[in-house]
Formats: sequence, structure tokens, C-alpha cells
Amino acid sequence: MATQHSRSVARLMMAPAVVLLLGWMLVPLTMTLYFSFKKYLPLRGGDLGWVGIDNYVRFVSSSSFWPAVQATLVIVGGVLIITVILGILLAMLLDQPMWGQGIVRILVIAPFFVMPTVSALVWKNMFMDPVNGLLAHLWGFFGAEPISWLSEASMTSIIIIVSWQWLPFATLILLTAIQSLDSEQLEAAEMDGAPVLKRFYHIILPHLSRAITIVILIQTIFLLSIFAEIFVTTGGAFGTRTLTYLIFQRVLESQNVGLGSAGGVYAIILANIVAIFLMRIVGKNLDA
Amino acid sequence: MTRVVTTRRKSLNTAFAWGVGLLIFFPILWTILTSFKTEAQAIASPPLFLNFNWTLENYAIVQERSDYMRFLWNSVIIAGGSTLLGVIIAVPAAWAMAFVPSKRTKDILLWMLSTKMLPAVGVLYPIYLLFIRLGLLDTRGGLVVVLMLINLPIIVWMLYTYFREIPGEILEAARMDGATLKEEILYVLTPMAIPGIASTVLLNFILAWNEAFWTLNLTAVDAAPLTAFIASYSSPEGLFFAKLSAASTMAIAPILILGWFSQKQLVRGLTFGAVK
Repeated sequence: MATQHSRSVARLMMAPAVVLLLGWMLVPLTMTLYFSFKKYLPLRGGDLGWVGIDNYVRFVSSSSFWPAVQATLVIVGGVLIITVILGILLAMLLDQPMWGQGIVRILVIAPFFVMPTVSALVWKNMFMDPVNGLLAHLWGFFGAEPISWLSEASMTSIIIIVSWQWLPFATLILLTAIQSLDSEQLEAAEMDGAPVLKRFYHIILPHLSRAITIVILIQTIFLLSIFAEIFVTTGGAFGTRTLTYLIFQRVLESQNVGLGSAGGVYAIILANIVAIFLMRIVGKNLDA
Repeated sequence: MTRVVTTRRKSLNTAFAWGVGLLIFFPILWTILTSFKTEAQAIASPPLFLNFNWTLENYAIVQERSDYMRFLWNSVIIAGGSTLLGVIIAVPAAWAMAFVPSKRTKDILLWMLSTKMLPAVGVLYPIYLLFIRLGLLDTRGGLVVVLMLINLPIIVWMLYTYFREIPGEILEAARMDGATLKEEILYVLTPMAIPGIASTVLLNFILAWNEAFWTLNLTAVDAAPLTAFIASYSSPEGLFFAKLSAASTMAIAPILILGWFSQKQLVRGLTFGAVK
């Protein structure tokens, strides 16, 4: 039983973590909000006064806004579709009885542990280089014209790189979910003569639905803010400038802090919409 | 009851799964192989798979020219420091939430999680500005603090889920026997909590090691860790495949090895206990 004394001790023990995170959240957030209502150009005159919602209007009406939204949606959507579908297939494959299961799982998970700058550069140079890249050799072997991936098929290239990084995450979570499936239920269905596809749709997929939702939500939050993969490959060129990258350029490259901060507020709102759904699921799980 | 599987079916599964596994692992394997080639062999056409003269010269060159050890040391300090600091702050908090829960515990946990969802780019300039004002730009100390803060919610969550698995009866028994709070924590709780704490440390070390938004934007020379070191190969040095591979292999090898030990914790840590 928690006594009055232990309660106040508990509060004291939580205090450092709570205070630090509160500061980490409130201080920069307040500053971003503050700057977003100002014309603020650190290298060209500094603080030029309040401008109301001017930055918010200018950010969405600039010619780079909608292409950035589109790039963001295509990358997030593309990666989600690839990782979820391949993740389900891979998880089902890894769940099958086989020799060396542990080793195969290690091979499949490995890309998740590669730092983003390494995976982006290795793909960019050693695979997607139009002259010396392995894919160019492969295309040449089949007599096809090698593609200069990152300029001609820039979005596809980024989606391939990011999917490769995130497929292990989706697979691992879906595999964990599949392994908790009651195998007797599946066997009963098998004995009743239910075909593979039916078993998949009526037993496996419903069982996985919660895990799939979690994979989608968590990945969306991380994918909305991918940065290094674009930074070292295209630098935002060839139509790969996402919202995150656009804001980064406004703030640090062109040092238009007011405009970039307004963009930042949009990004925060967008992330929060996704986060609300995720928190609901996680919260329900806490009660259980 | 175990499923009865024919050897034929099992062989097929094995062959197919190994094929897929090797395909996914291939970019890493190729990087490791290329790191042992000469530059000429690295761009040979057709590509050389295993039939080349293995050499270690790229590793020597990378270390010599770019002072690899300094970047490695920065990575170790930044990832290790932020993890250690985070655990020191998170252990008491998670302990309190797991063993002295109140009506607000759930709200506090969810709120902590919500800070993790704050997109970094949204607060990039304020942090950048604060770093300049406080003289923290391009310092290891500054990055230790920032990475600690972005991972703190995950650390608290993971520890909380581990601590909650420790049966409360044991604590009550210890209290009945007259153990003080200090004794309870030191002799009863700590031994049971160590595996959970170790897993948390492992996963967060990996996450901090690979973090590539703040480490790229808040460092220049002095505090740059391996993420920034590799990014500097972006061009034109990146076209020296063998050296890029050697640098990459050195940057990912320690984490690949650690990562293999942390598969289980990965699920728990990154889904905040929602998938077990």
C-alpha cells in the first residue's frame, strides 16, 4: 500500500525526468511559436518586428510548399506500403519451421542497425551510381540502359533506401505478433480444409491488425522526419524536398527563421495528428 | 502440440528464407567485401565477388587521413554519455511510476511519449540558437544533453515496462521483514531490475549512435561523431568505393554486433510496450 510518505518520495523521484522533458518541450516550442510571428533574418537585419500570421500564409503559398507536401506523402506512403506488405510476407516466412532460423532473422534485421548516413551513401554510390554502381552492372548484364537513379528516378531511389532501412522494424514487430497467434486455431482451420488464402484473411490478418496499425503509426512519425537520407543523397534536389527538408533549408540554409518556424509549427501539428492515434492504442494497452 | 512438418517442406522453407535473408543483408555484405579491395578492384567490371586480393590498406588510409579514431571516440562519448545520463534520470522516475502508481501515472507516461513525437525540425532553430548562446555548438556535452532528452521518453518507458514485471509481493514481503526503502531498492529491486536496465542501455546506445539529425546539424569539427564523418564522404570522396566501404564498415560494425543482442528489446522499446 502506498503511504503518504512513499507518495511524496515517488513524486521527488519523478521530478528530474518530468522537469527536464517539460523544459525540453516548452522552451523550444515557445521560441518556435514566437519566431513564427516575426520577420526574423539573422544574417540580413535580424529581428524586423512582428508580422502576424504573414509567415504562415507565405509558407503555404510559396511555390515549394505543395511539391514538398507531395514528396513527403509519396515517400511516407511508398515506404509504408512496401514495408507493411513485405513485412507481413517476411514475418510469415520467418515463422515457418526451418534450419538456421536465428541466423536468417539476424540477416533480415541487420539493416535497421546501419546508421542512416551509411545506408544512404552505400546505396547512392555503390549501388545506384550510373557508371560503377552494382545496379548499373546488373542492368548492363541484361542489356538494359543503366539508370542514373538519384536524378532520373529520385523518389523511387529514396523510397528503396528508406524501405530497406525500415523493413526490419516492420518484420520484427509483425513476427512478434504472429508468434503470439494460437497455433491450434490455425491447425483446426487447416484440418477443416480451409485454403491458405482463406486462413490468411480470416485468422492471420485480423490477428495482425493491431500490430499493423502500430507499425504504420510509429513508422509514419519517424518517416515524416527523415533527414539524413536526403541530406547525403540528393540534398533536396530532383523533387525530393520533403517538408522536413524544406523547413531545414529555410531555417539553416537561407536563414529565414520566421518563415521556417511557421513551417515548423505546421510540421508539429501534422505529427500530432498522427501521434493522437498512436497514443490511444498505447494508452489502452496500459490499462490492460 | 507441435506441427508435423515434412523434411521436404522444411528444406524448401530453409532455402527460400536464406535466399531472402541474404538478399536483404547483401548491401551490408557488399560493403564489407568492398572494404577489403583496392580502389581499382572495387570498380572492376564485371564486379569481383570473392576472387580478389584481400587487403587492409583502406582501413589504414582512412584512419591516417581522416583521424577516424577521433570521430569514433566522439560517437562513443556522445552515445554512451547520453544513455548513461538518461538512465540515471529515468530509473528513479520509472521506479516511482511502476511501484507507487497514482491516478496521474498513465497521463505522465503518455505525455512523456508525446514529447518524443515532436518533430526535430520544428524546434531546430531554437535549439541551434540556444546552443550558440550557451557556447554548446559543436561540443560533445551539448549533444549528450540533446540526445539524452530525445531518448529519455523511450528509456523511461522501457524501464517502466520492465519494472512492472517485478512482482509486487516480493516488495511487500521485504517491507514486512522491516526493510527500509533504501534496503528495498538496493537488495531486492536492483538485482531483479538489472537485466531490464541492461537491455534499455543497449537499445538506447544504438539509437543514440545512429541519430543523424542533431548530430549533423549541431556539430562541425570538434564534436562530430561517425554519422557526420560518413556524411563528409558524400562527394567526391564517396566515389572511392573501397575507402567509403572501410569507413562505413568501421562505423557500423560495433552497432551490428550490439544490435544482434538487442532484437527482443527492439520491439518492446520502439512500440512502447504495445506489442510484446
